Amino acid sequence: MLTCKNLLSELNSYLDDEADPKLREELQRHVNECPNCWVIVDTTKKTLKVYKGMEAQALPADMENRLMDALSRRIAACKPQA
Amino acid sequence: MTTPLPQIDGLDEAALVERAKSGENWAYTELVSRYNRKIFRMAKQITQSDEDAEDVLQEAFFKAYQHLNDFHGNSKFYTWLVRIAVNEALMKLRKRKSDKTVSLDEELDTGEETITREIAVWEGDPEQKYSQTELKTILDEAIDGLKPSFRTVFVLRDVEELSTEETAESLGLSIPAVKSRLLRARLELREKLTRMFKKKGEDAFAYL
Repeated sequence: MLTCKNLLSELNSYLDDEADPKLREELQRHVNECPNCWVIVDTTKKTLKVYKGMEAQALPADMENRLMDALSRRIAACKPQA
Repeated sequence: MTTPLPQIDGLDEAALVERAKSGENWAYTELVSRYNRKIFRMAKQITQSDEDAEDVLQEAFFKAYQHLNDFHGNSKFYTWLVRIAVNEALMKLRKRKSDKTVSLDEELDTGEETITREIAVWEGDPEQKYSQTELKTILDEAIDGLKPSFRTVFVLRDVEELSTEETAESLGLSIPAVKSRLLRARLELREKLTRMFKKKGEDAFAYL
């Protein structure tokens, strides 16, 4: 029988679907039977989901301009003059 | 007269890289516009400083351009770019003398048991309940509270979605080290977010 400690140490392989089928089945059974572990799995999944769902915000216009200016300047400087 | 630009939007990353390699600078500019926001976000999450993140952004795109011919398409260009940016970001962290906690290869007690105190279901869907800005603040603060060695692994694996192997290689860590740090980071973030998002009062145990 798997314990909560086992579930915790295998949490990543369970969430990332990397556990071999037999282990996965045992983990699944434990999660179904243990309310605390069910909550841990559920809230960890949701944690990953909110992070993955965050769009990176556009750069402020002045920062983007500084980036483009710095790049053109440095790229022009590193090219040998004809 | 300039030659009309090809349909930029339709060009995939590999095609843009090829054109940039052959000296068509507009193609590199397009790559920069596609990825600058993600590189900045990652640099900010690792360095926790706008100023450092902006330096990392410029440095990473410049170095990637300089070394474009060393990129042979064995990975995605974006993954390669992330690695360059991570190196720059880590250098920034290490330069900060006040920050003594930056060693990424120290052995750590991952102590999972100590960070699963909050056992409570969440109240609704945070993406529905909070505005984008509010949610971003909450998520950023939670990440900022992690140690650099956990934060960096989490950002690469779960935000940038690099593989375990790519993360290990970018950070010079072993695969087991990446895995144990990722577990710890995920559990700590789960703990912090649960404190924010949990159902309050007796409802918290409604699943029992």
